[in-house]
This record gives sequence, structure tokens and C-alpha cells, in this order.
Amino acid sequence: MINKILTADEAVAGVKDGMTIMVGGFLATGSPEVLMDALVRKGVKHLTVIANDGGLAEGQPEGEFAGKTPRGVGKLLENHMVDHLIASHIGVNPRINEQIAEGTLRYTLVPQGTLAEKIRAAAYGLGGVLTRTGVGTMMETEKDELGRDKKTIEIEGVKYLLEMPLHADYAFIRPSIADKFGNYMCAKATKNFNYVMAGAADHTIIAPEKLVEIGEMDPDTFAVAGVLVDTIVEGEKPWQI
Amino acid sequence: MADLKARIAKRCAKEFKNGDFVNLGIGLPTMVANYVPDDVIVTLHSENGFAGLDAAATAETLDVDIINSGGQYVTVLPRVKYFDTADSFGLVRGGHVAATVLGAMEVAENGDLANWIVPGKKVAGMGGAMDLVCGAREVIITMLHTQKGNHKILKKCTLPLTAPKCVNLIITEMGVMRVTDKGLVLEERYEDYSLDDIKAATGCDLIIADDLKVLPAED
Repeated sequence: MINKILTADEAVAGVKDGMTIMVGGFLATGSPEVLMDALVRKGVKHLTVIANDGGLAEGQPEGEFAGKTPRGVGKLLENHMVDHLIASHIGVNPRINEQIAEGTLRYTLVPQGTLAEKIRAAAYGLGGVLTRTGVGTMMETEKDELGRDKKTIEIEGVKYLLEMPLHADYAFIRPSIADKFGNYMCAKATKNFNYVMAGAADHTIIAPEKLVEIGEMDPDTFAVAGVLVDTIVEGEKPWQI
Repeated sequence: MADLKARIAKRCAKEFKNGDFVNLGIGLPTMVANYVPDDVIVTLHSENGFAGLDAAATAETLDVDIINSGGQYVTVLPRVKYFDTADSFGLVRGGHVAATVLGAMEVAENGDLANWIVPGKKVAGMGGAMDLVCGAREVIITMLHTQKGNHKILKKCTLPLTAPKCVNLIITEMGVMRVTDKGLVLEERYEDYSLDDIKAATGCDLIIADDLKVLPAED
């Protein structure tokens, strides 16, 4: 059987300064913490990060369930490893607007549903997607994440924005359960971007909370095909409040 | 102020029909859920990944895998369905969400909405707002009628748009206004605000409905 299991440090060894990575998670729920920690240890810089948001800073979310460390993409931002953030929401983690103000971070905003479809287009071989979202707004007039002008296409009297595929060098994904071939599922609200990102990068790395033997679970348990997964890293834990 | 917001939330809850799939924004829109009558079954969309949002989680009910779109830990109904972001916004763009309830910085008389960015200020991002106002079958704005005395309902928005011509209904502490081809129609007013009060607080022409309803101040 193919062995896809590596340590976290081995898995991220090929990530170079200036690469583009995509990271699953929504405000860090569903983000692969062991892989973020490995990237921080490697100290890679000038990353372009594609994610829903910038994760969480220490002490977030506010209130009784606050975290004691940064989470998800928040770990990369805390360590000034990101040059360009492509996301739908950047208002929660305060490091983002601090680093924008310092001039060390730039951002491209993409509506959340459009962001998912751009990633999905890259994973599943579409030349782009047409959406009404953003027509008549800055999404139509501002350039996209690669500095290209937006195109609009009118079909049967309806104007659509053409949104181009969004591809990365690496995708970092956090399943709840995976088997040793890489078939996986994400429980409850941890799915978010963790399904569309598989296959949208040259290398897809998963860090499942639970790793099972091949054949141990009903195949219908899994939502994403292990053929899309290059590397599996053990050690991801449930988030501790 | 709290009472005025409760009034708005209470009035908004009457817009929902049995079986509706609805998305509530953060803040005042979230309060609407508290006023939906018991005999109206509404399923709440949490755009980060499920249909069937319930209440905020407590230390006893907390599940670290369940947050809402604001990042708060929440609980879900027994009929919950989880999905990923692509499916979540497929439901939105596909017109399967009956209504989205949002706040606004500015609304224009033609239904243009601005509620996501103020140039020169700290940037938050649109999140799912642009998808929601384009895709939901009805866009309801719940907000206080003015911001520190400044008009929010205008002839034309001055801020960058979330989407053009997307708003259907505006519910404020003063009354209820519908966006129509002829302009903004005042359909209901609360009796503690006169027509002159409402016109003075509105930055565009208001068409007064022939059958204008006057709602009691205690509502």
C-alpha cells in the first residue's frame, strides 16, 4: 500500500518562501493546527494565503471560550509569515489590520461563496465560474488577486462576473476522520473550505483528528476521495477550550 | 434603545412564513429569532456551514466543532443539516433562502445597499453578505432609521455598494418601507412617530401608502 503518512515537519519541508498555500477553516474552526505549527517552526516567509479569514489571535473569540494561543492562519499572521491574504473576511483577527497599516500585508477580498467556487473551479477543472454576486460593486471594478481586470458576461439579459480559478502550491486540510489512503470527512461545522480545497493545489496535506485503517469504516462515511490526498499527518487534536 | 431594537426585531419576525429558510445577520437581525411565533417553523441558515441554527452554546452544551458565522459557539436543532461552504452558498445563490435580514449603513430609494465598507476605515470584508443579498429571494433591512441624526435612507448611497437594487423591505423603529418601481413606499408607521417625523428622518422622497397602517406605540 502507498504510505502517505509523514511527520508534520516532513510534510511541510517542500514549502518555500513566496509560495501560495490554502488553509481550511472558518475563524479557525476546522483549521489544521499541527500543520500551521510546522509551518511556524519552518519559519517560511512571504506566503500568499488563501483562506476564508485570518483565523484567530490569542484571546479570541472574546468571552468565556477564548483561546490561549493564536489559531489557524492566525499563527502564520502572528509570526509575520504572510505577504498577501486572499479571504472573504479580515475584520476579526486584529493582526491583519495592524499589518496592513504597517505595510507588510496586502489583501484581496473575495465574497465567501465566490471564494469557494474559485477554489472548486481549480480543483475540478473549470475555466472559471459565472456569478451575479458582486455585479455593480467594487468586485466588478477592482482587479482580482492576480491583478487582472474583471470580465463580465451577459447571458439572456443577466449580467454575470467571470471569476477565475484559484490554485495553490499547497492545501492544508483538517478532516475529523480519515483512513490511511486519505479518504476523509469533516464533522459538523468544520467542513467549510476543507472539501473544495482538496485537489486545488499541487500538494494536498491532511491532518485528521482521527486516522483509521483502510476498510475500518463504511466507505460512505467519507466525503472526499483519498486520490486527491498526497500526505497525511497525525497528531491533530480536538480544540481544547 | 434596546426597546426600539426589540420593536424592529418583533416586526421583522412577522415577515416569515411557515417553512421558510432564513439567514439572519449579526446584531439586531439575530434578535429576530426570539420573536418568531411558535406556530411558524423557520429554519435558520448559518452560512459557515449548516441549516438549523439554534441558540448560543453554554459550557454544558458546547461543541468545539459548531460555531456560527460570527465565530460564536452555538447549538443546533435536531433537524440540522451540515454542509460545506460551496453547498452553503449554492443554497444562497440558487434562491433557496427565502429571506436574509441584515443591517445597513445606507440604503437608497431604489434598493441599493451599502453595508460592508467605509473607505479609509479599518477593512472587515464582505464575508457572505454580497452572496446573500444577491441570492436570497427577499432582502430585509432592519436598522435604526438614522445614525446619530444622520440620514441612512437616501436618494443615492455614498458608500461602496454591497449590491445594487437588492433591498425589498426596510424595517425601522419608525415604520416599514417597501422598495417599489415607483420609489420607497411607507406602508406602516408606529403611532409615536408622525409622518413629518419620518419624512424629516428620511433622505429621499417617501410615497405614503393609501392604506398606511398605524401600529401601536407599545408594539
